[in-house]
Amino acid sequence: MSKLVVSLSPHVHSGDSVQNNMYWVCVALVPALICSFIKFGVGAIITTAISVASCVFFEWAINKFMLKNPKCTVSDGSAILTGILLAFNMPSNIQPWIIIVGALFAIGVVKMTFGGLGCNLFNPALAGRAFLLISFPVDMTTWPTPGQGFGTYLDAETGATPLSIMKAAFKSGNPDLLKELPSFYDMLVGNTGGCLGEVCAAALILGFIILLVKKVITWHIPVSILVTVAVFSGLLNLANPVYANPLAELMSGGLLLGAIFMATDYVTSPMSKNGQLIYGVAIGFLTVIIRAYGAYPEGMSFAILIMNAFVPLINNKFKPKRFGEVPAKK
Amino acid sequence: MKTFRIGGVHPAENKLSAAEPIKVAELPKVAVFPMGQHIGAPALPCVQKGDKVKVGTQIGKPMEKALSTSIFSSVSGTVLKVDTVVDASGYKKPAVYITVEGDEWEESIDRSDKLVTMAEKPELTPEEIIEKVKNAGIVGMGGACFPTHVKLMPPPQFKPEWVIINAVECEPYLTADHRLMLEKADQVLVGVELLMKAAKVTKGFIGIEENKPDAIKLMTEKCAQHPNIEVVTLKTKYPQGGEKQLIDAVVRRQVPAPPALPVSVGAIIQNVGTAFAVYEAVMKNKPLFERVVTVTGKQLKQPSNFLTRMGTPMSQLIEACGGLPDGDVKVIGGGPMMGKALINIEVPICKGSSGVLIMSGDEVRRGEEQPCIRCAKCVSACPMGLEPYLLATCSGKKMWDKVEAEDITSCIECGSCQFTCPSNRPLLDLIRLGKTTVMTNIRARQMAAKK
Repeated sequence: MSKLVVSLSPHVHSGDSVQNNMYWVCVALVPALICSFIKFGVGAIITTAISVASCVFFEWAINKFMLKNPKCTVSDGSAILTGILLAFNMPSNIQPWIIIVGALFAIGVVKMTFGGLGCNLFNPALAGRAFLLISFPVDMTTWPTPGQGFGTYLDAETGATPLSIMKAAFKSGNPDLLKELPSFYDMLVGNTGGCLGEVCAAALILGFIILLVKKVITWHIPVSILVTVAVFSGLLNLANPVYANPLAELMSGGLLLGAIFMATDYVTSPMSKNGQLIYGVAIGFLTVIIRAYGAYPEGMSFAILIMNAFVPLINNKFKPKRFGEVPAKK
Repeated sequence: MKTFRIGGVHPAENKLSAAEPIKVAELPKVAVFPMGQHIGAPALPCVQKGDKVKVGTQIGKPMEKALSTSIFSSVSGTVLKVDTVVDASGYKKPAVYITVEGDEWEESIDRSDKLVTMAEKPELTPEEIIEKVKNAGIVGMGGACFPTHVKLMPPPQFKPEWVIINAVECEPYLTADHRLMLEKADQVLVGVELLMKAAKVTKGFIGIEENKPDAIKLMTEKCAQHPNIEVVTLKTKYPQGGEKQLIDAVVRRQVPAPPALPVSVGAIIQNVGTAFAVYEAVMKNKPLFERVVTVTGKQLKQPSNFLTRMGTPMSQLIEACGGLPDGDVKVIGGGPMMGKALINIEVPICKGSSGVLIMSGDEVRRGEEQPCIRCAKCVSACPMGLEPYLLATCSGKKMWDKVEAEDITSCIECGSCQFTCPSNRPLLDLIRLGKTTVMTNIRARQMAAKK
């Protein structure tokens, strides 16, 4: 007679897994990586590889030697994802040792200190980037210009990015400077300077579609960020033409990368749908403020990090709509 | 297409036995009748060892002044003993054992196939219908087993507006209700009319999910002669068969948080099987002693639907489908989302046994538990708008006041959260622990307040 297995219901499972979600995000980032390789050359690949390798190494080493955890958590794929996202937030011609320092901060300080996957308050990749941006402002803000050949790495020539043009226009109060902005087509396909993962809007939007189709994320956070940025920067642009037009704001800098891949990070975003919308609107608002009035041209990463800190509060305050609380309607 | 508005998941349907006509199961050698087959107090055995019984003889009387109902013998023969049995719930219950001899029915039962319509019995009053339903021992046959006559007599401050027939069968694998609609459509519809008359309402709905197009088509055609009854096609989504979800899907009203009853928004929900049982009880004078049971599973040679007498051991039905497969198996009473794993396959078929599902050990093995990644998929899946991750974590930490404040008692234990969790966390296990504890605490407070 066969043995009877007994456990509580439900007896079936969707088959979804942490790995599945992490790897699909990685897959969704591949178009942007390919695009980056075409525009910035082999430096994009090398930077990403160093970043991924060091993130995975630090997570493994901390598990093994500091936490003495017999179960290695590297296989869940989150360290790989952090590595890719960290690299995507750097110029492709950055010195390798800077990447390693960033990875150590991201994994060692921001993720593992808080208890590893699921426990960190801040997005590790973004916190790593912010740390590097403050520590090595020159290296982190001299971006290569695209189209210098496939062999380009540390020797890349650098130039202005759309965001630095916008900042210059605002500081000088001269809207004519905005005419130097690349065309929308160039921004769509990535013919602009910038961090290696953020330049090609089309590839990032393709990644967004992949994530939506595979149900890894929902539309709430990205769409609320993008709509807020469009509306708010549109109002600024109407009030004063030294502010760039909203479409340029949307397609430049880390906005798409941040809205689609960073703000939607499971661990550091709110749990309820209405909480997610509030979070998205706040990020969009802060991004435009920082871009226009802050010291750095780039506002997305700081906006997300600031809102990460508010997520526990949002979770406490904005609960999902309970069944049955709606007044009876016909 | 209509569906409920909050949450839900879509498990693989696996309706293996959907095309299998209902077969009559063989009579068992010994039939066992637990006295507690319904919500409320168990019935009291009213036969003794050695008594002769027929098919349809009452063997259990409802406990007086309590929520309870009758139990009838499904076989003819001799009472072997009045003892206890561990039934599908896993609890020991008082039970009557009957040795089967022949198949002799009570004379009062009309065994003909002839359809009796409402037009033939215009003199029936709501009170008479409820009385007959009560005396036939009918309970909700979807699985909850709430005595039907009680549901038809709501507290006086509520006025029912609709009878909604639950023909959703949202549990994967199960096809008993589907087959019943295809094969007994006319009887089911008369049953619906009887329920509507008993509840004094003029509008009836039959909610069917779109994955049963043949049943939707047939019932819609038949409804041409029953203008008060409307078939509502629903988008296939679990747990649409939940009472509150079905009301929301069909009439767009949400039952308030417990302890509010569905009738507080004007709806009375009955299962298709119940509607059929009501027809047989009222029009054919036949008490509830048999039902359609789906016996299914990917390893079974012949997944089937059986018209089964109550008291038949599940093992006999499994044998009739080709027997248990080798290796470790899980035998589930009910569907894979809410059914109970059995510790013993000799347990008898009862009023609420909609299916017997056999799954291999590999199919049901739980994945390795990983840390919560706060992906919020459980929050999106919860049809009650709760936060399963929070309820589970706080239950695990014994924060009973916190989970009570977070509405844990609203949980319907549908399992959508645990089904969807990518980290394979035992969310519902923990939530059940919290819910049970909170309910106990609430009752204790109420008792203290009374003193």
